[in-house]
Amino acid sequence: MRAIPLPPVHPEFMLEPILDAGSGRDAIGLGQRRGEGLEVRHGTLLTLEDINVSFDGFKALNNLNLYIGVGELRCIIGPNGAGKTTLMDVITGKTRPTSGKAWFGDTLDLTRMSEVQIAQAGIGRKFQKPTVFEALSVFENLELAQKADKSVLASLLARLSGEQRERIDEILQTIGLSASAQRPAGLLSHGQKQFLEIGMLLMQDPQLLLLDEPVAGMTDAETEFTAELFKSLAGKHSLMVVEHDMGFVGSIADHVTVLHQGSVLAEGSLEQVQADDRVIEVYLGR
Amino acid sequence: MNQPLLVTASQKAGPRWTLAIGTTVLLVLLALPVLSLLPAGHSLQVSAYTLTLVGKILCYAIVALALDLVWGYAGLLSLGHGLFFALGGYAMGMYLMREASGDGLPAFMTFLSWSELPWYWAGTQHFAWALCLVVLAPGLLALVFGYFAFRSRIKGVYFSIMTQALTFAGMLLFFRNETGFGGNNGFTHFRSILGFEITAQSTRAVLFLLTVALLVASLYLGWRLARSKFGRVLTALRDAENRLMFCGYDPRGFKLFVWVLSAVLCGLAGALYVPQVGIINPSEMSPTNSIEAAVWVALGGRGTLIGPLLGAGLVNGMKSWFTVAFPEYWLFCLGALFILVTLYLPRGVVGLLNKRGEQ
Repeated sequence: MRAIPLPPVHPEFMLEPILDAGSGRDAIGLGQRRGEGLEVRHGTLLTLEDINVSFDGFKALNNLNLYIGVGELRCIIGPNGAGKTTLMDVITGKTRPTSGKAWFGDTLDLTRMSEVQIAQAGIGRKFQKPTVFEALSVFENLELAQKADKSVLASLLARLSGEQRERIDEILQTIGLSASAQRPAGLLSHGQKQFLEIGMLLMQDPQLLLLDEPVAGMTDAETEFTAELFKSLAGKHSLMVVEHDMGFVGSIADHVTVLHQGSVLAEGSLEQVQADDRVIEVYLGR
Repeated sequence: MNQPLLVTASQKAGPRWTLAIGTTVLLVLLALPVLSLLPAGHSLQVSAYTLTLVGKILCYAIVALALDLVWGYAGLLSLGHGLFFALGGYAMGMYLMREASGDGLPAFMTFLSWSELPWYWAGTQHFAWALCLVVLAPGLLALVFGYFAFRSRIKGVYFSIMTQALTFAGMLLFFRNETGFGGNNGFTHFRSILGFEITAQSTRAVLFLLTVALLVASLYLGWRLARSKFGRVLTALRDAENRLMFCGYDPRGFKLFVWVLSAVLCGLAGALYVPQVGIINPSEMSPTNSIEAAVWVALGGRGTLIGPLLGAGLVNGMKSWFTVAFPEYWLFCLGALFILVTLYLPRGVVGLLNKRGEQ
């Protein structure tokens, strides 16, 4: 397998703009937010180093290095088959890397945790195809996603407190589904399902949100609304957005990573990566 | 406000009607055993045959409810629930055999010229231990099977096939004389239970009442479960297991809990079935029995609590009429019924009723 030449950037260099953003947020107290027990002393929430994933000899991820800072909004772009979804699978524990390190905060080794443990530790994921619990109402969908003790016993005895109910109502407002709270989620439109799934992520109150093509199938107005929503979330949460829609990426991202054949091809602001010769080559062909 | 949709739907369809019909059925069921105690020849007297038949159907209704908890709510189609039913029945049967044989060995063991009881028969002369076995035998088997099946993430049709294989294996095992459960004759010729004559009308009446009580208790339990967050997690598990895992729920525990609960309910139903019907043999474990249970649930309506009870009542009512009128056509009728329900009544009889209520 031919090694893909890595862009001439060091991890330290790649972190630079993030640290700037982080320190800016620190100044207004946003960068300080962290979950119980999650150590983020170095300002890096997610650390992926030399990640390799191969399926029957096909290298889906190839020596991938990626760092996501606390409160950062990162967009991941790349042509089909670049490994974007595999990357999300590795972070959420669905796929185990063949080799490499994956740390959440400074102390949690993602390669040793199950999907459920990872979700409980504070990584939320939105699937490419909107996945909600269709037989349950919108309200119940959010109720299940809510951050709480999720053991069998706790679920048998669970009762909604007033505070939890308020939190659900608040999220219903945020995602614009207050009027549909009692409708079965299966009856929602495609865009509404997308919003419900985002709402469910918010109920989980994760440190890191992974969003796989969140605006696919949304109308322009919905896309615009989503962009505003994500920008308001950054700072409080770290977001990693995989998206094809360059307009959308341009409207939200302060930092973009381009994946190609399983490794990072370029990183920087959208203008920087769009001006990068190798990125143009990959996207437009030789 | 935010109950599962099914509960809300049934409330909309007319809570008063549901309540009225439910109360009437319950009153009739409570009256039956009392009427059976009337002297023979009285115009209102209920025959032992009718009482046993209805009691048997009630036991089946509990099985249907138990199956619905795992299939209708958690989406795990078990085609082996007859095994748990039969295990509960056998546990009770062991006690009844000991009671019938007094200090000696059960008749079938003497016939095999065994000189002493196998170790697993120890303590079965005590009613309390037999009751423990009724719960433990199906419960532990379900726990072990479920633990491995859910850990390996076996689901869908593979899970159904495995449960089917399990009950088939159980049947073959119990058919063997060496297994020590009476081979293909099983257990029969019971005499008494706790010293009461088993064929006496009063004993039958009490057993019948216990069955009604177990049914009502199971229904209440199912209702509480369906209304709890646990019930909603099960529904979520059925529809989008991955989503649920990424929400931070471990599906294994939820599946295992409802699976074992369902098996134990079946075991209890089996334990009440055996003294009323007076026989238990390995054919109770035959795959067709378990499939029939799935037909009851499908016909009545999956994911509703009343549906499976209706389904069990309807199918068994038809069966007892059919097997008298046209015995050789019953299985064809059952098959046709299953096809028709699948094609035209995906939500069962209850779904049909709800639809009419909404219109």
